[in-house]
Amino acid sequence: MDNRIKSLFEQKPQGLLSVYFTAGYPNLEDTVPIILELEKNGVDLIEVGMPFSDPLADGPTIQQSSDIALRNGMTIPKLFEQLKDIRQQTQIPLVLMGYLNPVMQYGVERFCQKAQEVGIDGIILPDLPLSDYVREYKQMFEQHNLSKIFLVTPQTPEKRIREIDSHTNGFVYMVSSASTTGSTNGKAVANTDYFQRVRQMELRNPSLIGFGIHDNDTFSQACQHAKGAIIGSAFIKALAQEGSLQENIESFIQRIRN
Amino acid sequence: MKYSVDENGFYGKFGGAYIPEMLHPNVEELRENYLKIMQSPDFQEELQVLLKDYVGRPTPLYFAKRLSAKYNTQIYLKREDLNHTGAHKINNTVGQVLMAQRLGKKRIIAETGAGQHGVATATVCALMNLECIVYMGEVDILRQAPNVARMKMLGATVVPATSGSRTLKDATNEAIRDWINNPEDTYYIIGSVVGPHPYPDMVARFQAIISEEMKWQLKEKTGNENPNYVVACVGGGSNAAGAFYHYLDTPEVKLVAVEAAGMGVESGESAATSVLGKEGVIHGSRTLLMQTEDGQVTEPYSISAGLDYPGVGPMHAHLFESKRAIFENITDEEALQAVLELTRLEGIIPALESAHALAALSRIGAKPDDVVVVNLSGRGDKDLSTYLDRFQLNG
Ligand SMILES: Cc1ncc(COP(=O)(O)O)c(C=O)c1O
Repeated sequence: MDNRIKSLFEQKPQGLLSVYFTAGYPNLEDTVPIILELEKNGVDLIEVGMPFSDPLADGPTIQQSSDIALRNGMTIPKLFEQLKDIRQQTQIPLVLMGYLNPVMQYGVERFCQKAQEVGIDGIILPDLPLSDYVREYKQMFEQHNLSKIFLVTPQTPEKRIREIDSHTNGFVYMVSSASTTGSTNGKAVANTDYFQRVRQMELRNPSLIGFGIHDNDTFSQACQHAKGAIIGSAFIKALAQEGSLQENIESFIQRIRN
Repeated sequence: MKYSVDENGFYGKFGGAYIPEMLHPNVEELRENYLKIMQSPDFQEELQVLLKDYVGRPTPLYFAKRLSAKYNTQIYLKREDLNHTGAHKINNTVGQVLMAQRLGKKRIIAETGAGQHGVATATVCALMNLECIVYMGEVDILRQAPNVARMKMLGATVVPATSGSRTLKDATNEAIRDWINNPEDTYYIIGSVVGPHPYPDMVARFQAIISEEMKWQLKEKTGNENPNYVVACVGGGSNAAGAFYHYLDTPEVKLVAVEAAGMGVESGESAATSVLGKEGVIHGSRTLLMQTEDGQVTEPYSISAGLDYPGVGPMHAHLFESKRAIFENITDEEALQAVLELTRLEGIIPALESAHALAALSRIGAKPDDVVVVNLSGRGDKDLSTYLDRFQLNG
């Protein structure tokens, strides 16, 4: 079956820019406008965050955007409702990212069905462990043509990276350094040994580097070590600037790309 | 029915390790090693000496004569309040700090609600000369000020958690985030039977000393090691896990788990997870969880900082679903009445948490000859300003 993530990596082997934002932030109805604007500005892949009250792997920026999105009334049913015609407007690969509990309450099977229906290509659930995924959900995700994307970190042993690589089809999400999201402690692209090590493993899947990528410098460096990079917190901060969505998105992407 | 953890880290359908990949190496290292380390003779030897000479174990099992007369049954108090630092929490921190040392960790983090776990962690860190950082909700920092002062005195850094309801759940989030950011040298001493496997099982094993002692103490005092009831409060559930542990497979011993009803179960201001919760995932474990229809965690409420938590440990979720334990809930007001009652009848000022267990005495329907053990998990020193306020003893 066709999957837009797979095609993307085939068509564009280098310098991919993936952007994360929290659905429902800054305003409830911004989801579709943000997606379209990102595409217009040449972003390659979009991760749409499903807000959760207790986002354990996230730093302050995404915690705040999640709080605001929830207060704005964002829910999984609401998000699917907003995305129902998205494939008539854009073919950019879309990944949903969130925590397990809201998805469990919605129903994992129902979630997969609905995601496929609106044209989602991949799912990231950082707190769904690989072993549970393989045991309970893998078939379901594959049946609905959804790439389940997993994270690896500098501390992940080689054996486990291989295991993850064997159970996923999309890309491997390389967490740049041990941290929650949004940390700009300067370590984001410093760990070249780790990037090298993963590169030399010649995985089945391409990889993207994320966490702490926030400007042209860190983006370009990440692109030297992987197919591209993922930006989240820095983009969310840009959305909070004065000015229209269009202006903020355009100037942010320009700053990253050159 | 099996009540202990299975080889995959589950109690029935509850438990597991629902953690982001960043935590996997640390949790896996612990999972592979905890039983081996706990069962090694040198670990046991060091632990037993500390429990006896430092913590002050065994804690007494006290026959509460006047309280028994009042409820017309035979009430024994397991005096965990007499442990060093004033609660059962130190049974666990002594064990876990030795575990951290065996794993070569240099930096200790912890979450705390009532501050008892924070103090118990700061205490063992002072003893072992380890750096100690304790996360505590802003609301709890205010209502449990004496424990904040003790932690500072002991050399720990207390970091306020400012998100959500600024209580135990949020402190736990911050501790987990710290662990993600410090994967190499840091050990997380969790304070209850919550978190990813193997924490619930490990903490339950460290607290199991409570029921281990109860058995021989009851045998000595009553001729029968089995009581009719064991009653304990449940925040995350560690003191209850310890008090129940050696009776789990003895069905004639009724286990009573007491949750905090706050202003009342229907009031919207409550922490009675077994009534208000449904299956979900929090802090790395699949368990009963108070949440909205959309799966967002509900902010709990209780006057007692140690019970103000929207979940229970997976072992308790299983005890609830399998009906092995009876679950009761007690309001703020009822708990406060129980504080005053124990204080005036027995000359023992209990912690607010423990008072919830005491208040359940009127609910369980014990007969005159029945033996009831209430786990008195902690002393009330930390709650004195609340008590003086509520009982109008300030003037
Ligand atoms: C005295 C006392 N009892 C009980 C608790 C509740 O914890 P648990 O349910 O893990 O025993 C606390 C927690 O802070 C406490 O301080």
